[in-house]
Amino acid sequence: MEEKSTFSDLTEAERKALEELMPDEMGEIISSGIKRRHFLKLFAVTGTSLLAANLLGIEQLMARSVPIEEQPSELIENGINVSFEVNGSTQKLTVDSRMTLLDTLRERLGLTGSKKGCDHGQCGACTVIVDDKRVLSCLTLAATCEDKRVTTIEGLATGNELHPMQASFIKHDGFQCGYCTPGQICSAVALMDEAKNGDASYVTANVREKKSAVNLSNEEIRERMSGNICRCGAYPNIVNAIREVHGDKAVAQVWQFADGTI
Amino acid sequence: MRPFKYANASNPAAAIKIVTADPAARFLGGGTNLVDLMKEDVMHPSQLMDVTRLKFSVIEKKANGLSIGGTASNAVTANHDLVRENYPLLSMAILAGASAQIRNMATNAGNLNQRTRCTYFYDANMPCNKREPGTGCGALHGVNKNHAILGWSEKCVATYPSDMAVALAALNAVVQVEGSGNTKRNIPFADFHRLPGEHPEIDNTLKHGELITSIDLPENRLAEKSYYLKVRERSSYAFALISVAAALETNGNRIKDVRIALGGVAHKPWRARIAEQWLRGKEPTQANFRAAASAELKHAKPLGQNKYKVGLAAKAIVRALEGAMQGGTYGAMEADSTTTNQN
Ligand SMILES: Cc1cc2nc3c(=O)[nH]c(=O)nc-3n(C[C@H](O)[C@H](O)[C@H](O)COP(=O)(O)OP(=O)(O)OC[C@H]3O[C@@H](n4cnc5c(N)ncnc54)[C@H](O)[C@@H]3O)c2cc1C
Ligand code: SF4
Ligand code: FES
Ligand code: FES
Repeated sequence: MEEKSTFSDLTEAERKALEELMPDEMGEIISSGIKRRHFLKLFAVTGTSLLAANLLGIEQLMARSVPIEEQPSELIENGINVSFEVNGSTQKLTVDSRMTLLDTLRERLGLTGSKKGCDHGQCGACTVIVDDKRVLSCLTLAATCEDKRVTTIEGLATGNELHPMQASFIKHDGFQCGYCTPGQICSAVALMDEAKNGDASYVTANVREKKSAVNLSNEEIRERMSGNICRCGAYPNIVNAIREVHGDKAVAQVWQFADGTI
Repeated sequence: MRPFKYANASNPAAAIKIVTADPAARFLGGGTNLVDLMKEDVMHPSQLMDVTRLKFSVIEKKANGLSIGGTASNAVTANHDLVRENYPLLSMAILAGASAQIRNMATNAGNLNQRTRCTYFYDANMPCNKREPGTGCGALHGVNKNHAILGWSEKCVATYPSDMAVALAALNAVVQVEGSGNTKRNIPFADFHRLPGEHPEIDNTLKHGELITSIDLPENRLAEKSYYLKVRERSSYAFALISVAAALETNGNRIKDVRIALGGVAHKPWRARIAEQWLRGKEPTQANFRAAASAELKHAKPLGQNKYKVGLAAKAIVRALEGAMQGGTYGAMEADSTTTNQN
């Protein structure tokens, strides 16, 4: 079956990135949408660092290449009209009152970056940032999001420029399978603001001492990130990635590509 | 999840009226407990009235204490300057619970109304008097290592899971509620949660349709010597096996006021009044703390799998009191406990 093109709305930056990487395929992609073979070729032609830099743009393209079905609203039980901002653009939807924000992002808006790990608030894979606070999208009903501002992993980069936390996770290899990573990164981004605000945690030495900003020790980072479980156990590298963004310049990268593997 | 109607409340009186009129309607706070229980088919409300946008999120000074809003988030409450300064026990207890994400979502009122984590309660295929009155208590002779050692009945041996509420019990908080027809009443914290008795399906004394508008914290002189100790199976993001909220006021070498509340031991936050009584007027020494703890736990009735909790609770009381004596600073419990004897 031919896939439908959804690329008339490529941003300038995305178009440029694709053009640079695969000039020959550009015409075809624009007319018929991105296909698996384009993606594989993309891997073949890009060096890893280049790929990393373009990863997000590509992830957005892949997400968009799935046509999102508009559900007829008469089929939606207890339909609620909601309008909220997702990664900077306003979304108006009719949702079943049972629909969680996580399912809405993934199933209705095609933003599959946020992951469903447990669906019960126990793992943090679904973490997104709502009105500047990190929350669990699996326990948030979409109907409660009216007028709110939602940021997902797809919305952290600026064009093809990764968010510093994304870049740091790559540099420090803060993942293995990657399933928990979007949640880890969203959580860590919000944590940086909490630290600037001087928020306390259970391991804060003395909660009565209110500081303007807190300097996070490894122990503080671990406690404050405990709501994000990583089955692969990438914790030491996650802590390193966060420490670097938090301002510790001395964090050394612990891995390197073996010669000849790129 | 079963279908339900959703409404976003903008007027408290109207919201209270709608919920009062429908026995199956529920208020919705952050949803971190209710939405989860709906996914598990343990709770199946006909409608949800979202109260998070009502004007009950203020934290402000009152004539003789502090009032914290029912819809204020746990995170905002724990980090509020006045709470951190004057009620550090409450900040510590909230921060010991759940995760940063959940504390951002959770409301104070929702926290007080969260339901037990008993696994039989959560599993709709199991007998459970709390979920389905009359079906029996699966935990009484079943898997009960996380269950109660005090105040339980044959009908239910569950524990109440909130950390925040353990601190509120120690702080003599008062819950302000509003019912239909603009009726207001306040419930002293000791009377808010209840023991299971013959009716474990009823967690607390809130009437259906009553909205928690705020929680009042009376003034005290305990801030300098407060400590919340939580003992759990992993060091974060886990419910308590045992927790202790401890706070003291001393006068010279004597204990003037002391508050001890336990989590993880009963169907409600357990004020250790026997231990408190024992300690008042005495010196704050480890030996006295030990004697007080064992006086309280003499009355414990452990179940088949949770005898460990009796000893653990006694030790936790001693450590929490020592932590409080050392100024409530984190890690106080790890410090050499003999130093407290010099106080
Ligand atoms: C994975 C996980 C781990 C957790 N760990 C801990 C922990 O370690 N310690 C701990 O203490 N807690 C823990 N929690 C529980 C968490 O603290 C509670 O779920 C939360 O506080 C509930 O608040 P909420 O606003 O989300 O309540 P909701 O889920 O919205 O509501 C809970 C109940 O309160 C009622 N309600 C809500 N608002 C009002 C109001 N204003 N007036 C009257 N009734 C109202 C609702 O009708 C409902 O019955 C954990 C939760 C999860 C999911
Ligand atoms: S302890 Fe209470 S909640 Fe658990 S199975 Fe028994 S009745 Fe149900
Ligand atoms: S999917 Fe939301 S916490 Fe696991
Ligand atoms: S990288 Fe696999 S779960 Fe975290």
